Amino acid sequence: MRAYLGYTFAGTATATITVLVLYHVLTGKGERVSLAWFLEETSPYMWATTGIGLTVALSVVGAAMGIHTTGTSIVGGGVKAPRIKTKNLISVIFCEAVAIYGLITAIVLSNSVEEFAVENMEDSRKASNWLAGYIMFGSGLAVGLVNLVCGIAVGIVGSGAALSDAANASLFVKILIIEIFGSAIGLFGLIVGIYMTSRIAMG
Amino acid sequence: MNGCMFNIDGGYLEGLCRGFKCGILQQSDYLNLIQCETLEDLKLHLAGTDYGSFLANEPSPLSVSVIDDKLREKLVIEFQHLRNHSVQPLSTFLDFITYSYMIDNIILLITGTLHQRPISELIPKCHPLGSFEQMEAIHVAATPAELYNAVLVDTPLAPFFVDCISEQDLDEMNIEIIRNTLYKAYLEAFYKFCLAIGGTTADTMCEILAFEADRRAIIITINSFGTELGKDDRAKLYPRCGRLNPDGLAALARADDYEQVKAVAEYYAEYSALFEGAGNNPGDKTLEDKFFEHEVRLNMQAFLQQFHFGVFYSYLKLKEQECRNIVWISECVAQKHRAKIDNYIPIF
Repeated sequence: MRAYLGYTFAGTATATITVLVLYHVLTGKGERVSLAWFLEETSPYMWATTGIGLTVALSVVGAAMGIHTTGTSIVGGGVKAPRIKTKNLISVIFCEAVAIYGLITAIVLSNSVEEFAVENMEDSRKASNWLAGYIMFGSGLAVGLVNLVCGIAVGIVGSGAALSDAANASLFVKILIIEIFGSAIGLFGLIVGIYMTSRIAMG
Repeated sequence: MNGCMFNIDGGYLEGLCRGFKCGILQQSDYLNLIQCETLEDLKLHLAGTDYGSFLANEPSPLSVSVIDDKLREKLVIEFQHLRNHSVQPLSTFLDFITYSYMIDNIILLITGTLHQRPISELIPKCHPLGSFEQMEAIHVAATPAELYNAVLVDTPLAPFFVDCISEQDLDEMNIEIIRNTLYKAYLEAFYKFCLAIGGTTADTMCEILAFEADRRAIIITINSFGTELGKDDRAKLYPRCGRLNPDGLAALARADDYEQVKAVAEYYAEYSALFEGAGNNPGDKTLEDKFFEHEVRLNMQAFLQQFHFGVFYSYLKLKEQECRNIVWISECVAQKHRAKIDNYIPIF
């Protein structure tokens, strides 16, 4: 099923691209089939908002996968050892923090989106606006991917923490330290993302 | 990533199974149990463990068979709870585990009917994990072909049985051959299934199943000495998914006595260690006990990894070993035969 869907998608995409390219080349508009044209003509708004969207979406997916992984293990382990249920909520909170990193980045990014008029723009202002768009996209993507992976990592460690806590209560603190280190990689993404946005000027 | 995907369907049950596993008796519990003077003491000590008050409603002169039944009942309830909550491919995996009990039940019933015992007397003796609907009709069969056509064709065992259909009558010898052929087909199918699941499940389960296959091959060889089973027939019964395959099995097929089997095992580090300390003298451990110990060790190792199905199999096997231990200890207590009470196989 998955392979079938994959082939269908790949086939459709290839056919579409081929038809578009041939159309442009055969009707004398061949210069439009270029990456440079695409990068120059797309609006910085598009890049900025895509970046903001990606950072929240990927972070939330990471956090959700982490919470799910941890949650099922806490529920399963909690049947025979009910004492783990309150303590292990801390793993869920670590996963939740990952979503919050994404949220913070998204808020910071969307604060720097400013209005500007495209008509009669000087080249230097245009360059700065375009740079801002690309940086927002890049920082959004970076934070989103970092948080996606971080959420999965924290979730898997949290699931191990829950099960080992159920078996032996003295292991909980030790595994919690591993979990804190896992959680820290999400912070790296946040720092880099915010640092990237520090020198953009839109408008 | 693998862990996230596993936990979507199996996380709850894995946690639950690990919770059950924490209830397995520890060494200190065994030390308490072997101090007991009567079965009532034993009941009191068991009530302090994870078993709780499972013997509370039994009338006072407690017998070993009652304890055995109750232990098994508790295990079966837990296993069926896991099975009822599972989804594919875990449900197929758990079904595979029950097939071995089905094979045992079929053999028990055929042997019973061969000895003219009424089927109603045999059914309660069957293992509840391996019961299936057509079980009561098994006495109509007189040949393996009839057995297949009348009873087994609708059970999940049908594909395993295809190799044993022949026109011969069912006698003691044939029944043993059927049992071992069924087991061989079953083990090989289970092995293939675990390989297909892949990942950590394949890593842990294939090791356990490979040992199981090798153990069967060695035991079949040793038991066949002095019987009318020919060497070619014997070689057909070896499961071909173990470490011994193919060189070791070929050497086993040629073996004529115990010493030659031992010489074959010498080539495999873990098996030679098992043969090393085994013997039939008083004080020595038998080869069978050594195999059980090794199996317990392998099953314990399955718990060292997370996100795989091996824990369910290992849990069941460890719990079975624990049941055997408790029954052994209670037999010793009941018969006031304390000299051999230490021969149980500790799990932790």
